[in-house]
Amino acid sequence: MADPIRWARYRWQRLISTEGRECSSNNSSSKCYQSPKTTGKHRIVIPCLGHFKEEYEKVSKLYMNNKIRTTRYTLLNFLPRNLYEQFHRVANLYFLFLVVLNWVPVVEAFQKEITMLPLIGVLTIIAVKDGLEDYSRYKMDKQINNLVTKVYSRKEKKYIDECWKNVSVGDFVRLSRNEIIPADMVLLYSSDPDGICYIETAGLDGETNLKQRQVVRGYSEQVSEIDPEEFSSRIECESPSNDLSRFRGFVEHSNMDRVGLSKENLLLRGCTVRNTEAVVGIVVYAGHETKAMLNNSGPHYKRSKLERKVNTDILWCVLLLLLMCLTGAIGHGIWLSRYSETPFFNIPGPDGKLSPPALAGFYMFWTMIILLQVLIPVSLYVSIEIVKLGQIYLIQNDIDFYHEKTDSTIQCRALNIAEDLGQIQYIFSDKTGTLTENKMVFRRCTIAGQEYCHEENAKRLEAYQEMDSEDEDPADCQCGSSTPTSKCQGHNNRAVCEPLNRKPLNQLSGSYSAFKRQDEAGDIPHSGHMAFSSPIETDVVPDKQLLEKFSQISYQQSEETSSKLSLETMYITDFFLALAICNTVVVSGPNQPRQKVRRLSSLSRMPIKSLEEIRQMFQRFSVRRLSSSPLPSVKESSSVSPNSFVRKLSIFRMKLASSNLDGAAQRVSEPQNTDSPEDSQVPGELHLVNVAAGGEPSHAVSSVELSPIPKPCYEAESPDEAALVHAARAYKCVLQSRTPDRVTVDFAGLGSLTFQLLHILPFDSLRKRMSVVVRHPVSNKVIVYTKGADSVMMDLLRTASEGIYRTCNSLLEKIKERTQQHLDDYARRGLRTLCIAKKVMSDAEYAEWLNHRFVAETSIDNREDLLLESAMRLETKLTLLGATGIEDRLQEGVPDTIQALRKAGIKIWMLTGDKRETAVNIAYACKLLEPEDRIFTLKSQSRDACALVMSKILEGIQKNASIKEKNSEKLGNVSASPSAQARGFNAGLVIDGRTLEHVLHDSLQNIFLELTEECRAVVCCQATPLQKSVLVKLVRSKLKAMTLAVGDGANDVSMIQVADTGVGISGQEGMQAVMASDFAISQFRHLRKLLLVHGHWCYTRLTNMVLYFFYKNVTYVNLLFWYQFFCGFSGTSMTDYWILILFNLLFTSVPPIIYGVLDKDVSAEILMELPQLYTTSQKSVAYLPSAFWITLLDAFYQSLVCFFVPYFTYCGSDIDIFSFGNPINTSALFIMLFHLLIECKSVTWIHAVVIVGSILFYFVFSLAVGATCKTHNPRSDFYWIMEQHMTDPVFYLVCLLTTCIALLPRYLIRVLQGTLFPSPVLRAKYLVRLSPEEQRKAIKRWKDECNVNDRVELQPTSVPSSSAAGAVLEEETTDSALPASKTPFQSCSRDGLVKNTSFLPDIHDSLGVQVA
Amino acid sequence: MENKTSFLPREGEAQPSRCPDNSAFKQQRLPAWKPQLTIASVLSCFFLTGAFCLTVGVCLVLSANSVREIQIDYSDKCSDCSKLRENSSNWNKECHCSVNFTLKEDILGDVFMYYGLENFYQNHRRYVMSRSDAQLLGRNVNIQRSKCAPFSTYRNGTPMAPCGAIANSMFNDTIDLFYNRNSSVIQVPLLKTGNSWWTDKNVKFRNPESYNLSSAFAGTARPPYWQKPVYLLDEEDERNNGYVNDDFIVWMRVSAFATFRNLYRRVRRVRHFTQGLPAGNYTFRIAYNFPVTRFKGRKHVILSTVVWSGGRNPFLGIAYLVSGTAATLTGFVITGIHLKLRKKKTYFQKQ
Repeated sequence: MADPIRWARYRWQRLISTEGRECSSNNSSSKCYQSPKTTGKHRIVIPCLGHFKEEYEKVSKLYMNNKIRTTRYTLLNFLPRNLYEQFHRVANLYFLFLVVLNWVPVVEAFQKEITMLPLIGVLTIIAVKDGLEDYSRYKMDKQINNLVTKVYSRKEKKYIDECWKNVSVGDFVRLSRNEIIPADMVLLYSSDPDGICYIETAGLDGETNLKQRQVVRGYSEQVSEIDPEEFSSRIECESPSNDLSRFRGFVEHSNMDRVGLSKENLLLRGCTVRNTEAVVGIVVYAGHETKAMLNNSGPHYKRSKLERKVNTDILWCVLLLLLMCLTGAIGHGIWLSRYSETPFFNIPGPDGKLSPPALAGFYMFWTMIILLQVLIPVSLYVSIEIVKLGQIYLIQNDIDFYHEKTDSTIQCRALNIAEDLGQIQYIFSDKTGTLTENKMVFRRCTIAGQEYCHEENAKRLEAYQEMDSEDEDPADCQCGSSTPTSKCQGHNNRAVCEPLNRKPLNQLSGSYSAFKRQDEAGDIPHSGHMAFSSPIETDVVPDKQLLEKFSQISYQQSEETSSKLSLETMYITDFFLALAICNTVVVSGPNQPRQKVRRLSSLSRMPIKSLEEIRQMFQRFSVRRLSSSPLPSVKESSSVSPNSFVRKLSIFRMKLASSNLDGAAQRVSEPQNTDSPEDSQVPGELHLVNVAAGGEPSHAVSSVELSPIPKPCYEAESPDEAALVHAARAYKCVLQSRTPDRVTVDFAGLGSLTFQLLHILPFDSLRKRMSVVVRHPVSNKVIVYTKGADSVMMDLLRTASEGIYRTCNSLLEKIKERTQQHLDDYARRGLRTLCIAKKVMSDAEYAEWLNHRFVAETSIDNREDLLLESAMRLETKLTLLGATGIEDRLQEGVPDTIQALRKAGIKIWMLTGDKRETAVNIAYACKLLEPEDRIFTLKSQSRDACALVMSKILEGIQKNASIKEKNSEKLGNVSASPSAQARGFNAGLVIDGRTLEHVLHDSLQNIFLELTEECRAVVCCQATPLQKSVLVKLVRSKLKAMTLAVGDGANDVSMIQVADTGVGISGQEGMQAVMASDFAISQFRHLRKLLLVHGHWCYTRLTNMVLYFFYKNVTYVNLLFWYQFFCGFSGTSMTDYWILILFNLLFTSVPPIIYGVLDKDVSAEILMELPQLYTTSQKSVAYLPSAFWITLLDAFYQSLVCFFVPYFTYCGSDIDIFSFGNPINTSALFIMLFHLLIECKSVTWIHAVVIVGSILFYFVFSLAVGATCKTHNPRSDFYWIMEQHMTDPVFYLVCLLTTCIALLPRYLIRVLQGTLFPSPVLRAKYLVRLSPEEQRKAIKRWKDECNVNDRVELQPTSVPSSSAAGAVLEEETTDSALPASKTPFQSCSRDGLVKNTSFLPDIHDSLGVQVA
Repeated sequence: MENKTSFLPREGEAQPSRCPDNSAFKQQRLPAWKPQLTIASVLSCFFLTGAFCLTVGVCLVLSANSVREIQIDYSDKCSDCSKLRENSSNWNKECHCSVNFTLKEDILGDVFMYYGLENFYQNHRRYVMSRSDAQLLGRNVNIQRSKCAPFSTYRNGTPMAPCGAIANSMFNDTIDLFYNRNSSVIQVPLLKTGNSWWTDKNVKFRNPESYNLSSAFAGTARPPYWQKPVYLLDEEDERNNGYVNDDFIVWMRVSAFATFRNLYRRVRRVRHFTQGLPAGNYTFRIAYNFPVTRFKGRKHVILSTVVWSGGRNPFLGIAYLVSGTAATLTGFVITGIHLKLRKKKTYFQKQ
């Protein structure tokens, strides 16, 4: 759908959404329609067929049918309901109150009808919008409700077409491929022989990878399609809930057998059936009770900090109003009591009686409230909303947020907290996918304690980067080179059109042009839809050494006796099997996108080798395992006799001839072919391997028909999985297909192996690992493959004390030790590590475990816990196979952004689930930590120790700080840059998950926060989603800081929701984070502009506008108030009611709105260049309490001038009320508009048009009222006043003088401010005037100045501080291990990180840091 | 939301790019005038304002000074009458008094005669509303539903014409001006029409349509404080009678302040008075009807000329002069500051 529509919807929803109305939009209707009769926890679903008829009538009719109604109103209830909803708004109630008050005769101030005008106006506008919006929803509903699907009809005994709305619970629905699922149903039949159905949930959560759903156990065996007539079971499941990831229930067959149901059996409404010819399901939830509908909550409502502040100021206004009304009341009473007799002008009431002064004063109080109502401006609320919409509109249209690769731009999901972006003090960032690209590239692995460096692969990655830089120029020309200022072209062009900007940092992200190439090549189908499948990720060049070892399997098979099958080989085999199997990757063929690869070939492809042979081989493995062989060295496996090679080839020839094996598989036969990687990595091209390059060319080429057979496409839920599967494929351990109960792996020389898949224990953040339980086709043993974070995995390994394997204990220990070393090394390089382990189970063990598992699966109530427990039970006593290191590349521009944000005074915390070393290194890479920072690592086992360490660290830091202070005093304002030795240190804090638990305890929170406040950066590793959100909450509540959480995955959702502003990165991991966020961006670097520019703008604009509104209203109301002193506090207004009421509504409302939307104090370029400017908005400089009061003061002054200049001019003359009021009103208009002009930082033609238009409109309206309204209200005296005045020079002179005097002080202050005390923002404003050259110089100077300040402030002395630091350091080393923080990048020259960091942009040379 | 997302045409690859327009408005790059407070603009602003204000101020002061005005408070001079009026039962007893004054020099030009009231809160909210414009337009309206109450009808149901408190409290003193010239007393000819706004006289106030006025107002009664019905306000001039009586119209235009003056008569420039009022002794003869003691008020009679800038009030001129001076002085101060700062060479004040 086009953006404008969504935009409009948001806008409307926002406009109508009121405080406290959670029941917004669709959600409300679904809630309200929940059937009251569906009591109890469970629902029973019975098909509407045959013998169940009666029960069906009884039960199923209670559930909702599939008709949805997302409209809020019907034709009949529109008016009452809309009004009811609108009056939830306090402001509307206030005005309703005023209207009602005006109907009380004794206090009536205006004509009754007129008071209603603003209220009615606002109500009508919003009602019309509501109506239109609702109508479009109605149309959409109708369209959806009338979609057609096939439903089983009892009468006709077949599936007939039915509208969606007629589907009800218990119906059988039959869907074909690519059809959309009309309701939540339990899958009973799939045409897939394995009982699988693939669905795509893009409509639900935006994830485009296919998900598998499974036919309910017991039905999958059926060969023919399920016959609804035969279906005699009942389904019991939980009541509707909005939890997409949970579905619990069971099917009870007629013989009382129960089969558990899980979310794997549930097809969700709104998803699309893919790759499956036909499915049949029984509807369990329909209509509003479906999970999709229950999940439909519209844009959420957050209240911004500014808004809260505005509300307090409005309370001040209320107080002021009450004060003024009280003055009026008392004044009126006193005034009345001065007369002993009734004067003419005090008219008795209609009954002829006069009220006593006290009572009259009381009445007057209310009259005054009506008269001075404008002080609480209805227009302010409406204007704020409109301004915010305008701001959001502009943010959404900012071309800099456009990300070409994903064709996505910023999404603003919360419409009312744009100005919060300008006040952020803390950023909590996820690491993976947020700071990094979440493009997982397999880098290294260690198997059985032997590391494989994968240098060729590193070369390949480097090649990508080089190609990037070559590609740059042509890439530029791709998008809109016609407009030279187009920023759509990405970062490259920006360097051209914005010379001041930082240098392009393309090199940071190799994938940039990798993507380009992929698009250009075009023969990778649906690249946009395929998750995690850019060539940079998929093509892994195998490590030579490892490949050799790997290929031994085949040789040794043929020469059984001569070469020994090492334990290592077995490890390697298992390792790659685990990589290929232990995941949830779905395989689909590339030519038929999203078509599952059929297993058609699995039988025909059976290699020559008999199963018997393979079994023998594996048995040999298991024998050898016990006879512990020493770790083989590289040399051992390197020599391969040519003879065996030839023979091997011949075997392969035969194999290939008989089957259409993946062409790539041939490569395994040529381990010597070292040149081929260069060829094979051309992206998008298929791996046609030139066999001729190897030793025996002729045979191979001639014998094999090299028809290019496409490699399978993998669709993984997480990029790590995809990377691992691709890595396994590089070693010819190709995952061929996956069905719920079988996994087929094409295993190098061994051919296809089909594993019976017994269980998948999916990944969860609690266990931090996943496992698969398979039955090995050869050994027929139950094997558990587990992969997970090393922190948890290492504890689950088989320990030395366990009996039988004593012989190999030392070996295992050694492997474990060496693997741990490698893991640490990987982490230090910033790689993501995963441990791979395996466990062989005996059948008895398995059977025992299975029992538990079964209980857990079928229980409804406590299922999660039980499942977890059973998983824990399984994942013990594992054998460590090895570990992988996956690189997650930094996103483009991340270090820059982080530096800029930090200069803007924002504290950045990194919260990640990764292990410490990885996290710390990424933190270094993205400049979150600087090499000269002192890193404190909190890693304590107990709370007390933790407290102790924290206080010690704190002490040290504070000592350091105090020394700094002293020193800076000493240094004074010496601008000479202090030498490097003179620096103190900046502290960085690293905490791991376990310590975090202690730290978050109530007793330690305060000291922890105190500590973090002293630290420059905080890195929390191994943090669970819950801990993340608790941290955010802590900072938010305890430090009262404005927090922003940015993340991309489901594990960041809670943090995003808790933070003041949640930013989701629409990256690779689905849409959950985006759905939960307030703003969704596609790249982390966009945060820079979002905060520094738009945050600043939105904040300053809105504050200025709000202040202006207060000023405007107070000024205007005071005019009326001053007049009360001259009319006996009787509540007379000297202005015509119409003009009085419309003054705020029509004449002076548009200019401030334009001002609020478009004003630009400093240009975007300068804001980006000088992040320091952000602090002004961050510290609310523009809207301090003093600003409010100064504004009020100015308002008082101006109203005094505006009232008393005409007063003294006309006093004593024969002026009538309205002739007196007219110049006041007119000059008030001029004063307000020119005041706005003074405050405006940039005036565009829109401003000009609006201001001139407002003035013209005012005059035209006044003239029209003056000319026509002879009897329009009891006081018709406005008749002809304006006309009269237009011919009177005194009128003009009065207006002129009033305007001048009223605005003089503010103008003078602005002048003096600009000259004498220019604020940073003002100074930045001056920059704009300079020529580009001068500007550049000025900015440079400014930055230098900031840096000098920085230095003086932060890094003074050497000796005392280092001693203080030393104390801390000791502490630190005793309690924790300090990672090699100084030299994080030096180890591997091929590492992309080195490139990244050495590519420091010039402008960041502030501290003279160069990481070489 | 589901409506939006679930039916996104996934297959339709021809979706337009979501790249926002690169228009100046959407990218917030509209050409803008940035009001820079440069020294040139600031100084020119202040000095020009100052010069302008001073000029206007001088003109205004001069013209206000050319106004001749005489104001006579007659509330004390007619104390007998005022005491009589204190008792409202004497409302129909006539009471006259005379006030003498001397013009030391001629008042040249058009001379306007005002009556002034002090402390009369004609701008009281309920008082201001107490009228029926529809009735004054000559329409036959049900004034009971208007805001006139309690001055809408008598107890017997007879409507008041005109209704409402404003009309009821109309200033009803009659003031005549006599010129004592060489012991002969000449009545100064005064115009009683043309004192109100043309639009009021011709549009806003209409008598009910009828063959004569008394029949037009048949069935109505005069307001309680009035001595004569509305159709007898000016028996001499049919066009100045009834609702369209100038005195009535002027009174109905409620004044802005408690102390105010209303135009009562204009000196008709004939015979001795073609140049205005010559110097000499004059006498106001006043039929004292309007009681002011009830509201501690005072009554004046004022003779004044009028210039383009209004009456004799010098405030506007003085205000212009003051603000003009202030602006000029500020201009000088700013110049001083600027000169001082320029030596200091601060960052960006290049101008």
